[in-house]
Amino acid sequence: MTLGAESGPPKIPLLRDPRFRALVIQVALCAALAWIAYELEEEVRANLVRNHLSSGFGFWSQPAGFDISQALIDYSSSASTYGRAFWVGLVNTLVVAAIGIVLATIVGFVAGIAQLSSNWLVARLAAGYVQLIRNIPLLLQLLFWYNAVLKTLPGFRDSIALWGGGYLNNRGLYLPAPDLNGNGLPIFAAFCLGLVGAIVLAMLARRQRLGVGLAAGAGLVLVLGLPFAAFVATGATFAFEYPEMSRFNLRGGLEVLPEFVALLAGLVIYTGAFIAETVRAGLMAVPRGQTEAAQALGLSRLLTLRRVIVPQAMRVIIPPLTSQYLNLTKNSSLAVAIGYPDLVQIFTGTVLNQTGNAVEIVAITMAVYLVISLVTSFAMNIYNARMALAER
Amino acid sequence: MRRLVTVCALAGVVLTLATAASGSTLDDIKKRGTLNCGANGQLPGFGIPDSQGNWTGLDVDLCRALAAAIFNDPNKVKFVALTAKDRFTALQSGDVDVLARNTTWTSSRDTQLGLNATAVNYFDGQGFIVRKDLKLNSALELNDATVCVQQGTTTELNLADYFRANKMRLKSVTYLQVDEAVGAYDSGRCNAYTTDASGLYGVRLKLAKPDDHVVLPEIISKEPLAPFVRHGDDQWFDIVKWVHFAMVNAEELGITKANVDEHLKSDNPDVKRLLGTEGNFGEQLGLTKDWAHRVLKHVGNYGEVFERDVGQGSPLKITRGLNALWTKGGIMYAPPVR
Repeated sequence: MTLGAESGPPKIPLLRDPRFRALVIQVALCAALAWIAYELEEEVRANLVRNHLSSGFGFWSQPAGFDISQALIDYSSSASTYGRAFWVGLVNTLVVAAIGIVLATIVGFVAGIAQLSSNWLVARLAAGYVQLIRNIPLLLQLLFWYNAVLKTLPGFRDSIALWGGGYLNNRGLYLPAPDLNGNGLPIFAAFCLGLVGAIVLAMLARRQRLGVGLAAGAGLVLVLGLPFAAFVATGATFAFEYPEMSRFNLRGGLEVLPEFVALLAGLVIYTGAFIAETVRAGLMAVPRGQTEAAQALGLSRLLTLRRVIVPQAMRVIIPPLTSQYLNLTKNSSLAVAIGYPDLVQIFTGTVLNQTGNAVEIVAITMAVYLVISLVTSFAMNIYNARMALAER
Repeated sequence: MRRLVTVCALAGVVLTLATAASGSTLDDIKKRGTLNCGANGQLPGFGIPDSQGNWTGLDVDLCRALAAAIFNDPNKVKFVALTAKDRFTALQSGDVDVLARNTTWTSSRDTQLGLNATAVNYFDGQGFIVRKDLKLNSALELNDATVCVQQGTTTELNLADYFRANKMRLKSVTYLQVDEAVGAYDSGRCNAYTTDASGLYGVRLKLAKPDDHVVLPEIISKEPLAPFVRHGDDQWFDIVKWVHFAMVNAEELGITKANVDEHLKSDNPDVKRLLGTEGNFGEQLGLTKDWAHRVLKHVGNYGEVFERDVGQGSPLKITRGLNALWTKGGIMYAPPVR
């Protein structure tokens, strides 16, 4: 034992020990960073006080007093607070981002696959779409959709009547809304429950290697049966509420604002072009031999794509796809240019202007976008892990 | 160790930036050689540049008057076009020295935002403009209407208040810029556009067919428009206030751009004090003795500016109304120079 200790490496002076030096430098760096953060915070506080600017989060529960054109949760200018206005804006942001992500994925996959099509026209059209859209700033595209396309629709008196009782005019799209005389919530809850049940069932069936048909049938029963049971149980009646012409506007029904449509169209078409390139790159990363092998086995073109190419391509596609989703969510803040009431427009717009609490409001907004992005990344990472090559 | 030194140096830079010097506003302006004036940029009559980039308007002329008082040159102004939403932040952060952008004086802006309203340079009120073919006689008939409005304004709040108080249903669409809101109204996105009555006349000129639109008679709010300055610099606050007062006092005393030099020989003590031929009131403000003479020589009195920018000499043709001098049936009134 003693022999081992003597033959060990010669003692190095503490100051020349690389591990010790690294430790000292890192501790010092952390301390310096903490000190800078502290000094900045103190400085901001002192500046706010010196300029007699209000600070703190007291504004959150004060009445807002302004109107919001699209509120999916209860909101009124008289009774709601700035805090409520924040939630309205957040919901509006999440709605446009969620629908945008789904549609952009579809557009992107279709265009990405079409770019590799053996049909010359389809491939050129898809490539043209990608090149044109990718190279024009998103803000310009939003302004184009809003000002050049949607504003040229007829005024509400000359609304285009749609099949089934809907209307389209330059104030938006008006559709008949299902009216369940106030029992919508339990029925919707039952539908969600059925949907979750069906998904669980499908996963179980897959694990047990049961037939797909059985699970699909049972799932369908759950998805349709549960809401119907709720419908009967609550004694609801079903009718459509149709939009009607009033003096100034169409009243009633489901209203989709042109600002929303313009923002959604802009985001989907713009992000779709980037996703198309990602998908193309992913598909091209799958070795040609895979296609040839599948064809040798006699698989059809569609089946080759679905069962052989895309599953392998997904491993390449998912990481850049995640950043496109994040981009879409963050780009939705350009809503401010066309008057769609998203989080930035309402919260860092009107609320900041009225309360003057710039530091707090901008910090909250940044934190919200950070959280949305981190959650999206987290979900996509889980999906990525599931799709990764299973190595045995 | 070198990394640590870099970090410390960086920290030093950041801290110096954070503690940006906050001396006297007047000294800063003199050192810089120009006055930074936050203006509207899209509102005819109050602040708008023409095709050659020359700014005109009632608020613009106040900034020119300030530059004349400080530099004896009304052109030493840099105009910064600000949206309604961003205007206060620009003033708070020191991007502009004075905010002359048809801004309503309210208690929260005076306190919570850390600003001071100086003196009212236009007494306004909010109104509505609608299409003639709707055949409306009153804003009270607007129940269920869609109204376009600019974001970050008292207008936005008054609109919600007015509809609520009169138990009417409102659909409002808010835009960042005046031009976007007006464009949306013009394209039929909204039934009505609302802003200060003075603004409605200017907006009407921007519409495709101005004669198809009518301003409704109701004035639904008090909108005293005033230039704003930051809290904490009383000298600068006084200067902005008194340059405006000097122009109002000059109108009352009959001193105009044309005859200001003749008035230098006047025996009237009020005229002598204003023009600096007696006393040193300009020096008390931190300016020169002839401060008001400079303002009047280069820009003119309040009445002249009003007629030139928004009154009979302008396309807006707004009558003086509340903005007439207190001696002529209005409420425009200035404290005496003495």
